[in-house]
Amino acid sequence: MTIMQHSNPQESRSALFVYLKNPLLVAFILIVLLLTAGEALSPGFASMEQILRLLIVAALLGIVAAGQNLVILGGREGIDLSVGGVVSLSAVLAGNVMDGSNANIIAAILVCLAAGGLVGLINGVGVTIFGIPPLVMTLGMLGVLQGLLVVIRQGIPSGLAAPALANFVSKPFLFNLPGIIWLWAAVGLLMAFLLMRTSLGHKIYAIGSNENAAYMAGVPVRLIRIMLFALSSMFAALAGICILGYSGTSFANVGDSYMLSSIIAVVLGGTPLSGGKGGYTGTMAGAFLLILMQSILTTLSIGESGRQVVFGLTLLVLLLFYGRSKALRG
Amino acid sequence: MTKAISFKSRMATLLRRFPFIPALGMLMLLFILNGIAEPNSMTVRALKGVASTYLALVFLSVGQTFVVYTADIDLSVGAILSLVNVSIVVIMSQFGGEPYVVLLALGAGIAIGALCGLMNGIVVSGLRMQAIVATFATSILISGIALWVLPVAGMPAPSLFWKVYGGRSYGIPNVFFFIAILIALLAIMAKTGLVTKLLAVGNGQLSAYQSGLSVTRIRIYGYIICGIFAALAAFCITGDTASGDPLVGGAMTLSSVAAVVLGGTALSGGIGSAFGSAIGAIIIGLISSLVFYAGVPSQWQNLAQGATILVVLMLGVLASKRINQ
Repeated sequence: MTIMQHSNPQESRSALFVYLKNPLLVAFILIVLLLTAGEALSPGFASMEQILRLLIVAALLGIVAAGQNLVILGGREGIDLSVGGVVSLSAVLAGNVMDGSNANIIAAILVCLAAGGLVGLINGVGVTIFGIPPLVMTLGMLGVLQGLLVVIRQGIPSGLAAPALANFVSKPFLFNLPGIIWLWAAVGLLMAFLLMRTSLGHKIYAIGSNENAAYMAGVPVRLIRIMLFALSSMFAALAGICILGYSGTSFANVGDSYMLSSIIAVVLGGTPLSGGKGGYTGTMAGAFLLILMQSILTTLSIGESGRQVVFGLTLLVLLLFYGRSKALRG
Repeated sequence: MTKAISFKSRMATLLRRFPFIPALGMLMLLFILNGIAEPNSMTVRALKGVASTYLALVFLSVGQTFVVYTADIDLSVGAILSLVNVSIVVIMSQFGGEPYVVLLALGAGIAIGALCGLMNGIVVSGLRMQAIVATFATSILISGIALWVLPVAGMPAPSLFWKVYGGRSYGIPNVFFFIAILIALLAIMAKTGLVTKLLAVGNGQLSAYQSGLSVTRIRIYGYIICGIFAALAAFCITGDTASGDPLVGGAMTLSSVAAVVLGGTALSGGIGSAFGSAIGAIIIGLISSLVFYAGVPSQWQNLAQGATILVVLMLGVLASKRINQ
């Protein structure tokens, strides 16, 4: 039977197709291809230093995308549009609390995580207890956060990153790798452990694929969903602190670009927006792929408009591979 | 007891036919609050100001509704608005600001909007990509083209354009005529049956397909209408700002989604009204003017506005949910 299957060309073609449908593999192949193309376009693009620089930027996006990934996995049109606002808020708060001094780093981290957790809690309560669709709730929250930023900044340029934080993000920390890459790796391990090895992880997939069945089986659906939103905002807050370390000072709306790119990273990594399927390893590859694409485009001398056109088209082609819905004609 | 239930079910029927009723109530309330905070806000002059500033958002939100009817979403409306804005300004300044050139530019603008909508429709409905991410990708593409058409903001629109938009006919500000045209347009569209088909698709794609509707094509129509309304919104922006700016629409996309929800249209599709979205857009405008008139310190205005919109969004969703139960 097995021999017959192997000899059947139709079967082996569909086996190849199954591999091509594996987002992680596709992302990996694309990353290698893009690095080769980048090296051909401008020698030194795929050098170790340059890849490290890309990894730092990808780590910032990847940490935001971790929270986004959790919310999307939880299903019921789960999506968090407020992550960009939380990133900006956290960068400003961290800068103000730190004010360029290493002694205040712990306090800054605590303040930012608490603020992020609170935002996520409100999102989660709005979505679960009040039954507001996640898109509407987090969109409204984004408006509140943007207003809050104006109040906190008071029109004055905001605080400074502590030197230790700046070093952690961009200088070699351990085995010649910057601390932020270790942090991202830790987030990756934590997410993999949470999603694959803990009962909480299994429950997240359960509510994502069939909320009613999960509820009947005794899963505390509301509590878990609130927690997912809280985690999402806390990951965004963590990324905000790192972004402050990366840029030195916090400037206005530094987080705006993370809102939709975190969603794209998740989708490119093979987690469909309908939830219940996928994981974080793919999202990490998706985040790196996204940053790599943007970086290759900056090496081309086609101007800002050309860059955007090519980026948009490439995204469309990539999205053609992932998460397309089934045809109505079964 | 039975009386209470029948009242509730009658309310539900009413709300299903006119989903914008809660929004209309909210609009009245905000109107009165604005009048109390600042009596001058009730003058024709002040109303004209609010109308000409928010008419673009009104058109954009109305367009967004036709996509949300089928449970889709269009995150590229702001980019389409920007592209049409810069395109018509460049066309008019290339060929001079004579009336026939202005008409030509308007025609070109509508064609551009329709083409962008067609592209979104093909990508989302034809190729079956997820609407949120796919229209975000097309928005990057469209913004890129807008930047190519006009790299920096500031090219002025011909005077004919903004004079008509800001002017008066028979003593009545022209923007009020545009609102009347919009209402007429919506009334005509409601008669065509396309809205019913869009709503049917939103209620359930499979059942719509099984009852013989060409779901794919209907969803594409929704996106094309949305693109055309984004072009109309661009005309309003051009009339209001009198210049071209490749980034002008960026911030308006999410506001249009908020306005659609405020107007009683469900993001899950199948229920709603474009008229409600127009009211939703005006609600957003009245909230920001109320925050201003109520004397909130300038630093706190954005926060007050954001918090009020969030609360109003939640109340609106809760109200329609309570009654529909």
